[in-house]
Amino acid sequence: MSMKVASRQVDGVTIVDCSGRITLGEGSVILRDTVRELLGKGNKKIVLNLQDVNYIDSSGIGELVSAFTTTKNQGGELKLLNLTKKVNDLLQITKLYTVFDVKDDEASAVKSFK
Amino acid sequence: MAMTEQRVSYTLDSSLETIDNAEEKATRIATELGFPDDEIMQISMAVREGAVNAVLHGNAYAPDKKVILAFERTGGDLIITIRDQGVGMDLSKIPNPLAPENLLKTSGRGIFLMRSFMDVVEIRPTQTGTELKLIKHVHGPTAGGKEASQ
Repeated sequence: MSMKVASRQVDGVTIVDCSGRITLGEGSVILRDTVRELLGKGNKKIVLNLQDVNYIDSSGIGELVSAFTTTKNQGGELKLLNLTKKVNDLLQITKLYTVFDVKDDEASAVKSFK
Repeated sequence: MAMTEQRVSYTLDSSLETIDNAEEKATRIATELGFPDDEIMQISMAVREGAVNAVLHGNAYAPDKKVILAFERTGGDLIITIRDQGVGMDLSKIPNPLAPENLLKTSGRGIFLMRSFMDVVEIRPTQTGTELKLIKHVHGPTAGGKEASQ
């Protein structure tokens, strides 16, 4: 299953619902383009909802890091929401769980920006 | 080809499709051998990372260079080898991705993930490129499949 994204606004925060695989190639490119487009439009409070992301490889992990740092460098904030066990485990073993602000419910994720 | 034989080998192009293809083959073979779901995921992901290294960093997508992927069942081990025809890599130059100063790097986690998921990871130069060997021990009583003579 290829990567799909859909963005929506909740109280000034952009929630990006992601589904499929964030892997080398199309998946990583879609994520990169989505975040760049949001930042370009001035949307700097971003939540990546990864509830339906069932697979991430090292390139996908790199793309998440890139999205995080790109957003931060532009004065914004990017958080992760609803990690699956697989993605959670990957962020744990790569120690990135300590880098990302990870939330497990949308309301608290949105509220955390205020 | 089913993994009821002791060894299967594939010659693949240096393309993105090869990476998905290698991962699918690993998933299928690990499933046939009876590995539990979490280990199937680990094996398929390690093979994917190995294939990424071979296609991108080894062969650099060169159309005249191939990736050789082989799966072998010997005793209690699943042995996977991935060979490329690239210029090779200097392992000493690959930084520790868990070091605080490297955590925000966007690459350099592939070998680390392979080592996290497999029991043995060996990387060695060959006369024509680099050979990666990944070994996963078969733990469960059902794992193993049926071996046949070649």
